[in-house]
Amino acid sequence: MKEILIRPEKCMGCRSCEIACAVEHSHSKSLFGAVAEKPLPKKRIYVEFVPECAISVPMVCRHCEEASCVSVCPTGALRQDGVIRVVTHDLEACIGCWTCASVCNYGVIGRNKEQRVAIKCDWCPDREVPACVSACPTGALVYKDVDEFSGSKRAVAALKLAQGITAGESR
Amino acid sequence: MAKNVNERSVDPATRAMLLEADRAGIETAWDRFEKQQPQCGFGQLGVCCRNCNMGPCRIDPFGEGPDRGVCGTTADIIVARNLLRMIAAGAAAHSDHARDAVMAFKQMAEGKAKSYQVKDEAKLNALAAEYNISTEDRSSEEVALELANVLLSEFGKQMGPIQFTRRAPPKRQKIWENAGIDPRGVDREIVECMHKTHIGVDNDPVHILLHGLRTSISDGWGGSMIATDVQDVLFGTPTPTMSESNLGVLKTDEVNIIVHGHEPILSELIVAAAEDPEMIAFAKKMGAKGISVAGMCCTGNEVLMRHGVPTAGNFLQQELAVITGAVEAMVVDVQCIMPALGNLASCYHTKFISTSPKADFPGTVRMEYHEDKALEIAKEIVRTAVENYPNRDPARVNIPKEKSACMVGFSAEAILGALGGTPQPLIDAIVSGAVKGVGAVVGCNNVKIQHDFGHINLVRELIKNDVLVVTTGCNAIACAKAGLLTPEAAKEAGPGLRAVCESLGVPPVLHMGSCVDISRILVLAAALANHLGVDISDLPAAGAAPEWMSEKAVSIGAYVIASGVYTVLGTVPPVLGSTVVTNVLTKGVGDVIGATFAVEPDPFKAAALMIGTIQEKRKGLGLKA
Repeated sequence: MKEILIRPEKCMGCRSCEIACAVEHSHSKSLFGAVAEKPLPKKRIYVEFVPECAISVPMVCRHCEEASCVSVCPTGALRQDGVIRVVTHDLEACIGCWTCASVCNYGVIGRNKEQRVAIKCDWCPDREVPACVSACPTGALVYKDVDEFSGSKRAVAALKLAQGITAGESR
Repeated sequence: MAKNVNERSVDPATRAMLLEADRAGIETAWDRFEKQQPQCGFGQLGVCCRNCNMGPCRIDPFGEGPDRGVCGTTADIIVARNLLRMIAAGAAAHSDHARDAVMAFKQMAEGKAKSYQVKDEAKLNALAAEYNISTEDRSSEEVALELANVLLSEFGKQMGPIQFTRRAPPKRQKIWENAGIDPRGVDREIVECMHKTHIGVDNDPVHILLHGLRTSISDGWGGSMIATDVQDVLFGTPTPTMSESNLGVLKTDEVNIIVHGHEPILSELIVAAAEDPEMIAFAKKMGAKGISVAGMCCTGNEVLMRHGVPTAGNFLQQELAVITGAVEAMVVDVQCIMPALGNLASCYHTKFISTSPKADFPGTVRMEYHEDKALEIAKEIVRTAVENYPNRDPARVNIPKEKSACMVGFSAEAILGALGGTPQPLIDAIVSGAVKGVGAVVGCNNVKIQHDFGHINLVRELIKNDVLVVTTGCNAIACAKAGLLTPEAAKEAGPGLRAVCESLGVPPVLHMGSCVDISRILVLAAALANHLGVDISDLPAAGAAPEWMSEKAVSIGAYVIASGVYTVLGTVPPVLGSTVVTNVLTKGVGDVIGATFAVEPDPFKAAALMIGTIQEKRKGLGLKA
């Protein structure tokens, strides 16, 4: 089970993920075609600048295991796949009540102004790797299994600890 | 990577060398392009502004994020400003090349640059006449000196038009005056580009674009044209000659020297030095059978046009030439030289020799050019190459067998000469419909397009439809490699064009030179229009740059449309982030100057667009389809 995971320390705030997301959700699926479409295609990922730390963090739907947006959706427009857990959104069924946006802890439910419905990440069903991840030039966004992702982070942290011990011994 | 080789180029020699690069684990432009994917969307749309340090600012092309920069600039303004800076850089490159040619010319006239002489006295006198310089009872050096001084003053001329713009048809000059785009001195227009695009100066996209046209005209009918004409005086005006093209021109048993870049000023002398019997004897002493000079890019085109020096290839083949393992010296001057050559040359015995006071690269042997001792430097370069021959590892030599014959050297003078001194026979052929019109196909290579695919398919499609093609730059080299620059290629042309070519013994695709020599195309177009008493925009002609990539190409595209010729671009310029700029370039500008841009990556569709325009123009002149 792969997830879109974030390594915020690598984000340069270039917003390439946002562009790629909008292009992937356009009719033409090409940058030059997408900018000429009416209505313009919409992104579902948000590069959020954090002034306190002067860094940017790409924010995108977590497809939570216990997805509160799904449980509160009054029309069943938001559903969660029982196996791969992707939270999907049915434009036809959505009534634009914004209950989902109210309960989402990450603020990643957007608004489609023209259709007055919610809009969110769908993990790019036509792609092997989501467009935002492919577009990230620095690897701030990764598409990995949590075990693998955490495993590699754990290995780095463990190495640092081990080096601390070794340094202590040599003293 | 090997599986991609056929997708990367249509040229067999290029494919063979890409396989060799793969085998040797060597990276080329195509690999680096893949590593750059995906490229920045803001950059591709032209909506990123870095012109002040409140930025960088970007406009969200999808309308959800910022629609203004810090200063309040819009996408339209940013795109227009960025395009203007591209035009400024392109015009600067051509024109600074021209300045160097005039400098050598002036020092020759002053007796300080003894390596140079006047090779074309008739052209010198014709240029003198254009500038009202008396030639009576004066030595050619005296005339040359006065001409050199007046040409130099064209760069910094603060008021009034550049003299060569008066070669344009009177109607065209009037259009420029009315639109306020008749250019002043080249340097002034380029400086004004930089001033206008500074924060808080020109913020009207249409106004900015008009200055782009003005600057580009100062390049096409100024800088580039000065470069062409002065080089003709110094090195001779090209006349038709036969030669060969592609990597197969490199020799297995001779010292191979490649001259690469854009200027003939030193490469002319390298060609001469390589023919020096003393040098050849030295080469033989070092174990080689002789010395072979081959060209690359437009330095290659310059020496190909004037001396029939074979060309090893176009822009995307520069790394591949080194990978043959058979190049003793890659001698470069300016423009379109990949800094990657430094690292690459260090993997082989090749010496990467930089010669321009303006341009150095990582990993070069520096042998800087100076006018006053040009031939000595050229000899030193040739000697360095010869001395390097014993370092060649024959086991690593892998020269593709492919090379094609080509007929080159079609200056405007040569074309008019072949027609009997007047454009009338060509006009007759156009009137009768045997030749439907003229297509000018020029420009670079770009890894975004399968190498040479855009060039040769577009050209083939045009000649098949009886459109005579004039070509320069990397398109000309692509055509040479594909055999399109031979009289026999007339067989690929439609029946009308074929008959005309066969009766004259010329190819259906005429090589007119380097990228500054697009000025020759302008001169030819002006000659046709003036002969008919019409404007260039009335002629059944269209232009294309199927694989363009450089800023010079942007300047060229701009001056070609400003001269009245509809132009199809094969790669998308970074303007689509602005609807205003896109609409002006593809529609609105037509009302002002009678020509527009189109973008069409598919060479077959691009040819159809050009032929459509040619048919429209024929109709306008009352000619049958």
